Amino acid sequence: MAGNATEYIKHHLTFWKSSHEGFWSIHVDTFSVSLILGFLFVGVFALVAKNAKLENPGRLQLFVESLVEMVNTQVKEIFHAESKVVAPLALTIFCWVFLMNAMDMLPVDLIPQIAAWVGYTFFGADPHHVYFRVVPSADVNSTFAMSISVMLCIIGFSIKAKGLGGWGKELLTAPFHAHSPILVVILAPVNFAFQMVELVAKPISLSLRLFGNMYAGELIFILIALLPWGAQWILGAPWAIFHILVITLQAFVFMMLTIVYLSLAVEKH
Amino acid sequence: MEFNATLLGQAITFAILVWFTMKFVWPPLTNMMDERARRIADGLAAAERGKQDLEAAEKRVADEVRKAKQQSTEIMLAAEKRANQIVEEAKDAARVEGAKLVSDAKAEIEQEVLRAKEVLREQVAVLAVAGAEKILRREIDQAKNADLLASIKAEL
Repeated sequence: MAGNATEYIKHHLTFWKSSHEGFWSIHVDTFSVSLILGFLFVGVFALVAKNAKLENPGRLQLFVESLVEMVNTQVKEIFHAESKVVAPLALTIFCWVFLMNAMDMLPVDLIPQIAAWVGYTFFGADPHHVYFRVVPSADVNSTFAMSISVMLCIIGFSIKAKGLGGWGKELLTAPFHAHSPILVVILAPVNFAFQMVELVAKPISLSLRLFGNMYAGELIFILIALLPWGAQWILGAPWAIFHILVITLQAFVFMMLTIVYLSLAVEKH
Repeated sequence: MEFNATLLGQAITFAILVWFTMKFVWPPLTNMMDERARRIADGLAAAERGKQDLEAAEKRVADEVRKAKQQSTEIMLAAEKRANQIVEEAKDAARVEGAKLVSDAKAEIEQEVLRAKEVLREQVAVLAVAGAEKILRREIDQAKNADLLASIKAEL
């Protein structure tokens, strides 16, 4: 049983990898699921936006509008500069991350079993070697892809707001300020080190927070799936209900922190 | 935990999604919502204006009604006054007329009395003369006493 359980967990935590070697291999499951969810999001939203009615909006339109309004309110409260990018970026992050997280709510064996059946029936693959991890946000590649993109945005926003020279100067003169030239020179490397840590810490904390939450959630669902089937609901139901909060909260946190970081980037110190 | 090209793929997907949202989702939705907010504000303002207009009109109507009432009261008072005046005037005229009639009648009566007196006097004179004639016929020549009789007649 112990061996079986280990096998089961391992199987569930293995990605479906493309046949490339080393760095160039791709997690097909992560990539495809997140792509489908992303297009689902932009497709539905663009459709609603295209057919949006000023009067008598439908339920779907109202739902989309309430999301847009929520994001817009947050952006307006936190981000005070003018930008056409921040609000759509925040909306994309919230919706996409939420959808990716929501994959956790699917029964833990559903998609892998279907994948195994499809692989075995149509491609003659060994069902034990068909892997499918359905939660893209439980893959560091996903979370880091987003957080590194956000970091690039932070750098871009800083340069756009302060100019390349202004940003470079800030890297060397903050957080420790000095008036005498000698002290400024001495403090420059210290400041630079601090700034670099700050810059790198942001994407790491962003992505690892999301990854950690989703990975842990997925793992617990897998562990619950090891219980006898009659007892699974005792833990499964509370955990799933709690997880509704977690997946929403994590999407929200990722969005909020992105807005906060970008607003910090354009503010002058 | 293993980093590989999935990261690049995900970043590209992310960039495409953000670009698409920026282009086709966010602007039309927010424009529409702003437009709706503007329309609602306009509608509310129009309703408020309408309410104020209605209030002003109601006030004006009340004013007019009050004025009309006042006017009608004034007219009624004036009419009453005029009626009283007319009645008084008529009374006065009647009184004057009555007095005139009475005085006329009195004058006529006096005249009648005077005429009657005149007639009587003449008759008395005639009678007296006749009486005197009878008396005198026997004794005195009528012609001799004629001037006497005339003087008596004039005295009567």
